[in-house]
Amino acid sequence: MHFWLAVGTLWRRDLVRFWREKARVLGYVGSPLVFWLLIGSGFGDLAFFFPGALVLTVMFSAAFSTMSLIEDRREGFLLSMLVSPAPRSSMVLGKILGSSTLAWIQGVVFLCFLPATGYWPGAAGILGAAAVIFLIAFTFTVLGFAIAWQMDSTQGFHAVMNLVLLPLWLVSGALFPIASAHGWVQWLMRLNPVTYTVAALRQSLERGAAAGVPPLSTSVLVTAAFAILLFAASTMFARRTSAGSFA
Amino acid sequence: MVSVENLVVKYGERIAVSKVAFEVRDREIFGVLGPNGGGKSTLFRVLATMLAPAAGSARVAGFDVERQPQEVRRRIGVVFQSQSLDRKLTVEENLRSQGRLYGLSGPLLAARIEEVLEKFGLADRRSERIESLSGGLRRRVEIAKSLLHRPAVLLMDEPSTGLDPGARRDLWTYIEELRAAQGITVLLTTHILDEAERCDRLALMHRGALVACGAPAELKARIRGDVVVLTTADGESLRQRIESRMGVRAIPVNGALRVEIANGHRFITEVVEAFPGVIESVALHKPTLEDVFLNETGSGLGGA
Repeated sequence: MHFWLAVGTLWRRDLVRFWREKARVLGYVGSPLVFWLLIGSGFGDLAFFFPGALVLTVMFSAAFSTMSLIEDRREGFLLSMLVSPAPRSSMVLGKILGSSTLAWIQGVVFLCFLPATGYWPGAAGILGAAAVIFLIAFTFTVLGFAIAWQMDSTQGFHAVMNLVLLPLWLVSGALFPIASAHGWVQWLMRLNPVTYTVAALRQSLERGAAAGVPPLSTSVLVTAAFAILLFAASTMFARRTSAGSFA
Repeated sequence: MVSVENLVVKYGERIAVSKVAFEVRDREIFGVLGPNGGGKSTLFRVLATMLAPAAGSARVAGFDVERQPQEVRRRIGVVFQSQSLDRKLTVEENLRSQGRLYGLSGPLLAARIEEVLEKFGLADRRSERIESLSGGLRRRVEIAKSLLHRPAVLLMDEPSTGLDPGARRDLWTYIEELRAAQGITVLLTTHILDEAERCDRLALMHRGALVACGAPAELKARIRGDVVVLTTADGESLRQRIESRMGVRAIPVNGALRVEIANGHRFITEVVEAFPGVIESVALHKPTLEDVFLNETGSGLGGA
């Protein structure tokens, strides 16, 4: 009971804060939208780039919304959380659910542009895609959380996240299909967990029709496994924390 | 209510608190006095379950901070030196979040929120965001927040930081009212003498060690007589001459000479006559806690 009360409180807090900083909403949805329109139009294939651009929106907004953890530490709010009797795992889950919900909302907003690609997977397909988007949001929030927990400056966090996220996205099948990649890059793509993330979304939007892309079930499984692995790591970091890191 | 035994705390190799022991009684207002860097905040962190001791133990409200941190957390209210509020949220939203982290909800939480808003004169500010409040008001919200779950022990790290004298007076009124109304035990750290004077008992900390412990009056009574402070152009030569000619110990402090002596008024006449034209100013006062501190450590509260 106390566990879920704490989870709900932190979740709600992130939502309220986000709503009060509307510039953030615009930034995270706006820039991938521009990316999608420019790259997609340049190649003359808006449909192919749609899933990749959506994943980009969700992964960046998910990862960067965990930056609030660094702000919480700097502003001292984290301190009052840590001396409260709320279980540590409820804090981790509350923060992660809050950030993933925000990223999910932005992903769903992006999904509204789907008709421009000419695809229409039906209502069930949209629901499926929304579920996959939540999984993606959760996964990258956890990744962001695991990194934010170790960092004490938002600038450093930006640098590290760009270094990690952008290359992962570039070789994920978002820009070019696995089949057309050369030599070692193709191997890199097969090993990249984000490849499965993009594939999961592509398959759910194209109703499993995409050729040369890992099937939906494999993609969802790999993404979920990745999320669980990262979640275990984050909880471990949160437990191990001593006061030295928030001096 | 709080009991600390042979406590040692290390940051890596550096010893921040060394073999500290003291007891805080039920309903006591207990102060930890010392300069910045003296180890008070480290001690505070251990009591607030944020930092594990390297050796020794600390118990708060009957539970061990290291082995039963959850039990301790339920029973303490913590006021940090730095702000711990969410600036983007309103006063009431901050209180609500805090209450829920402590397992309060529904009508009970609503009633507790009303109670602290009322007590701290924040009722008409409830819908304002923290970022729009003054430092004094934020401090009040911090304290209000720490009391929602009715803790047995209130821990405060430098509670007067950034408060003007009026707000500081108000703070002490609240602390004393709390004790009278709820029987709460308060442990606070400070480097401010006025604040230390108002505590029931004090622990003096210097370089991580406990140098003295007792009621302010008791500590001051350790200095017999008066304190005379002399200023002069060449302190070192005057010090040697006072010691050799008058047999009195003079201690250089911040460029002045400090002498503890019974019947200070007589000493002043003697010393001014003995060294005509050398002394620039003379001051006499009854012992203060600063003097106690100087006496025990050889350095003042201004620096470590």
